[in-house]
Amino acid sequence: MHNKFPLWKNMALILLIVVGLVYAIPNIYTEDPVVQVSSQKALLPKALKEKVESLLQAAHLPYKKVSADTEHLEVRFSTTDVQLLAQDVMKAGLGSDYTVALNLVPSTPKWLAAIGAEPMKQGLDLRGGVHFLLEVDVDSVLTRRYEGLMKNMGRGLRDAGIRYAGIRYVPERGVEIRFRTPELQQKAFTVLKTEFSEFLFKTTQDEGKTPELWVSLSELDLSKIRQNTIDQTMSILRNRVNELGVGEAVVQQQGATRIAVDLPGIQDAARAKQILGGTATLEFHLVDSEHDPIVAKQTGAVPVGTKFYVMDGQPILLMRQVVLSGDSITSAMSTFDQQSASPAVSIQLGGGGESFFTKITRENIGKRMAIVFVESKTTLQTVDGETKRITHHTERVISAPVIQSALGNSFQITGLHDAKEGADLALLLRAGALPAAIYSVEERTVGPTLGQENIHRGIVSLEIGMLLILIAMVVYYRVFGLVANVALVLNLILLSALLSMLGATLTLPGIAGIVLTVGMAVDANVLIYERIREELRAGLSPDRAIYAGYERAFSTILDANITTLIVAIVLFSVGTGPVRGFAVTLSLGLLTSMLTGVTYTRAMINVMYGGRHLKKLSIGI
Amino acid sequence: MELFNPNSNVDFMGARRWTAMLSGLIFLISIAGLCINGLKWGLDFTGGTQIEITYKAAADLPLIRQSLSDAGFKEAQVVRYGTSKDVLISIAPRAKEDASMLVDRVMHVLPGAEKQRVDFVGPQVGAELATKGALAIFISLLATMIYIALRFEYRLAFSSAVALIHDPVLILGVFAWLKIDFDLKALAGLLAVIGYSLNDTIVVFDRVRENFVKLRRKSPIEIMNISINQTLSRTIMTSVLTLFVVVALFIYGGETIHAFSMALMIGIIVGTYSSIYVAGALAVSMGLNRKDFLPSVNKLTDAP
Repeated sequence: MHNKFPLWKNMALILLIVVGLVYAIPNIYTEDPVVQVSSQKALLPKALKEKVESLLQAAHLPYKKVSADTEHLEVRFSTTDVQLLAQDVMKAGLGSDYTVALNLVPSTPKWLAAIGAEPMKQGLDLRGGVHFLLEVDVDSVLTRRYEGLMKNMGRGLRDAGIRYAGIRYVPERGVEIRFRTPELQQKAFTVLKTEFSEFLFKTTQDEGKTPELWVSLSELDLSKIRQNTIDQTMSILRNRVNELGVGEAVVQQQGATRIAVDLPGIQDAARAKQILGGTATLEFHLVDSEHDPIVAKQTGAVPVGTKFYVMDGQPILLMRQVVLSGDSITSAMSTFDQQSASPAVSIQLGGGGESFFTKITRENIGKRMAIVFVESKTTLQTVDGETKRITHHTERVISAPVIQSALGNSFQITGLHDAKEGADLALLLRAGALPAAIYSVEERTVGPTLGQENIHRGIVSLEIGMLLILIAMVVYYRVFGLVANVALVLNLILLSALLSMLGATLTLPGIAGIVLTVGMAVDANVLIYERIREELRAGLSPDRAIYAGYERAFSTILDANITTLIVAIVLFSVGTGPVRGFAVTLSLGLLTSMLTGVTYTRAMINVMYGGRHLKKLSIGI
Repeated sequence: MELFNPNSNVDFMGARRWTAMLSGLIFLISIAGLCINGLKWGLDFTGGTQIEITYKAAADLPLIRQSLSDAGFKEAQVVRYGTSKDVLISIAPRAKEDASMLVDRVMHVLPGAEKQRVDFVGPQVGAELATKGALAIFISLLATMIYIALRFEYRLAFSSAVALIHDPVLILGVFAWLKIDFDLKALAGLLAVIGYSLNDTIVVFDRVRENFVKLRRKSPIEIMNISINQTLSRTIMTSVLTLFVVVALFIYGGETIHAFSMALMIGIIVGTYSSIYVAGALAVSMGLNRKDFLPSVNKLTDAP
């Protein structure tokens, strides 16, 4: 008999429904507003839990649950209003050692979470928040690199006694050095080639023009520098996003020189941007070895030209003069000192300031040099009901190693406690300051109420559109219409399961894509049913008509869906953000609708009508 | 229930001269709209800042305009957005001012307003997006055309491509005449229409292919007519059902996706028409005949 699926096929289809249901279910559970507390230091879960509970009770803020481990503490609330109030209370009560972040955590049962069944993430347009697209000024890094190179080469030539007529940096081409004679040009070429072997050299001499020597970075180095700059900026931005106290923030590269930052739950775009683009840098100071810092601490009298700091709990006096500032550092890496095998950090300098640094270090071998972390941070504080922006300058001595020898362009910092300290220091040196300026080329802020409204709107349109279709199908195609309706609901379940499994982010256009899919999914059934009706009218027996209807309509359905799929893929590759969401839901919806509209309806109809002799089909004619 | 006469025999092709003229006329009106009014490009393409605000009571637009003008935003456009309480302020890109500072300044001069949504797009990003969007439409048309040429026949590919160009142009024409903002979401809607409209065309063409083999004695015009009549109930059923959801989106989906659902609504209506008249009639006029289908049909029947 034609109209019968083998048992394994039916079982597979049922299994798929079960899997689909399991992975779709988490979307029914709502998300709890949560305040998360974390810290650089290890937490004492029990003490912290008690403290938070007493804080919340004192402020009369109802909470659902407090859970804590050594990593972080989590408090669940019923509403976002209470969550926001609680954040303020907890921030004030816990002090600056803790990061207090807002988050939404799904209230998915544990067994579902354990098998990886999680709800779809909501896009910023649905849950509110800020989206930035930041342009990284990569060219400035290249310029700095070339300017540093220019200085070094100029010095190299002077040291070798070669006179040059001029040296300058030409953007996108490199460093140009002009000479009076071809001989000088050749000499310079030989000298520089050995000292700066990693660069590309080109000599030019046109008729009647001065001989020139061009020095440039290789294409590979250029792209490496560009990508490094982006990577560094992203890691700094991630660190800073954590500072902002946002859970589930997204920082990702978009295009060659841009970084997209999504901050759910944040409303103050100005503040967020200030922190993201904020400045943090390093300063090198000599340690004052002539005065006793302990005396200075006790008497409170700090010697002239010095400044008092505390490093690891110990007082220390530093000379006020800045020997080197952080913007001279081009890279920092943790390594091991080759002679002593002790942990070290290797530092590359560039962009000026190195010669003074070399001079000072040469004169102060055996003394200590302190590395000070300087940061200016702007925070928003509410004082007497008024919100103010307050900028803090934080200065912290991170290390004060002994100068072993005169330091040039690249040197090592040793005398570190262990390898971890070396890694941390290198990270701080690298991640401390943004390698390049960033500015936003796109900013989108969605208020939380609008987000809620958008969800509501999306769901209402889905419900109404769907209801109309369900009614129309039953009225028009009777039992077959009912079958199509079951398939339509199944399609929604499978689609949401698929989207959840892929970790897709749902946006309002994404919901629109789902709504549109519902409309297009019935097309498969309309095609099949109309075909069955035609075959019945042409005099085919019911079971043959079912068979012919499905077989003949299939190639049409396939062709029609593939072309829409092509368009959806193009849309995905071109679009950004919300439009991508639309493309994703549309294309996945088409795939699942082929399965439900063709295979599942066939299975249902086979079970109902297959294997027996029929006189009539309930298909509306 | 049956709404359509199963033996319907409307002479669609007989009216093809009139419909060709109608299509041409509507096409010209659309182009005229684009030339006269121009497309009102949305923020996504032009760059600039849009602020959606809401008031507790009905918003006083003249007052808002006055306050903004006094604060130095003379070029700001202030329009109602959905309800009388919601207002959308659009400000052209400014070279020197930071977007979030600008928003703070705007909110400062509008007491009682609550910020709902802020979109800032840099002019550079907008320009890139416009290029990408045009590219997307072009690639979509080309890719689908290639697919149809491979799957069916080049004349069908060409005529369906013409039908496909026809649809977006009409949609853009409506956007131009009604002065609706054409943003990135509207573009997404436009592309979805390209996909949707192709569905209809393919269903008809599929039947044409089948009928050329089955009905050996009929002329191409008759075959086209028969095929359209046979698929008519499906074409209208699907269009109406899809319209249900799109109208639901238009009414309940909110202002943010209005342009999107608008593009889809026009597209579904126009697409149904264009797949019958523009694509079908054009293919016939181009001299489509039975021989064009025989080899591929053999392949089909040979297949197990």
